[in-house]
Amino acid sequence: MSTQTNKTVTPLWEVFIRSRNGLAHKHVGSLHAADATLALQAARDVYTRRGEGLSIWVVPSNAITASDPGEKGMMFEPAESKIYRHPTFYEVPDEVGHM
Amino acid sequence: MTTTSIRVVETPLVLYALRRADDALVLGHRLSEWCGHAPALEEDMALANIGLDLLGQARSLYSYAAEMEAAGHTEDDFAFHRDAPQYRNLLLAELPNGDFARTILRQFFYAAFADLYWRAMMASPDPTLAAIAAKSEKETAYHLRHSAEWVIRLGDGTEESHRRAADAVAYLWPYTGEMFEADAAERALVDAGTVLDPAGFRDAWDKTVSDILAEATLEKPAAGWMQQGGRSGRHSEHLGHLLAVMQSVPRAIPGATW
Repeated sequence: MSTQTNKTVTPLWEVFIRSRNGLAHKHVGSLHAADATLALQAARDVYTRRGEGLSIWVVPSNAITASDPGEKGMMFEPAESKIYRHPTFYEVPDEVGHM
Repeated sequence: MTTTSIRVVETPLVLYALRRADDALVLGHRLSEWCGHAPALEEDMALANIGLDLLGQARSLYSYAAEMEAAGHTEDDFAFHRDAPQYRNLLLAELPNGDFARTILRQFFYAAFADLYWRAMMASPDPTLAAIAAKSEKETAYHLRHSAEWVIRLGDGTEESHRRAADAVAYLWPYTGEMFEADAAERALVDAGTVLDPAGFRDAWDKTVSDILAEATLEKPAAGWMQQGGRSGRHSEHLGHLLAVMQSVPRAIPGATW
């Protein structure tokens, strides 16, 4: 990357697709495109060839702020010992049916 | 090449179907030549997708031609066992890919016509043609959008992309007039109300092309002398080479399956 300037690097985009019966868009991968319109076209061509989706989002990869994998311990391990946070310690009344 | 070519009885309807099928097959084959060679993976897949759409359109039209001809020929016979002079495609479709700009401009000029044409043909009283048109129209609408967006970016891009796009427009322009022609055989179908006169789409095509070229800062050539001959089997030297590649296996090993 250091040898290339921003002008010559085609921007990277993250692609999210909502499947036929899915409720939310799910991250499916990334691609390179010069702008948002072409990114949407490329996402359609690369990621929905087998009928995977009915809606596409593309987001500039550099718009995503990600947690640092090196901070996994601090970020996520403390939650592992709090099993009482899972709603599994009470009986669901029959009248509730499926949840 | 060990097999002989088939003989086709070209009634107006068979000829009509073959012309449209040949457009789609030959242009689709050209796009398939980009597979593994496109400037970026994303466009490699986009061009292959468009090629496969066109191949599907060709298959439907060849099947229809076979049904109308009723001589026992199959879609494969039409594709693989006719020589260049028996092909009825537009010269535009067979022109070599050139650079990415030429491929995109070629696609744009064709899709700008095909999109209008198939959308209107959905109202054909012939149910098979109407169904083929309905499927083709959705595909072609995307081909038009895809190619038009690229035309705009190539034309209004860098100095080099503009130059290449302008060269492509100049090279391809004399081949665009053939899309609007109809000979006596096709005119008979037009008069019968089965198909639409391609000339009727010229103004709408012209508007689409003018708008996109203007947005792309590309100059639209003045109307001038137009190439023709593809519809009656008089092709450029390029088609023979394309067919030699495309037909070599079925001609060498007839009936091969895999």
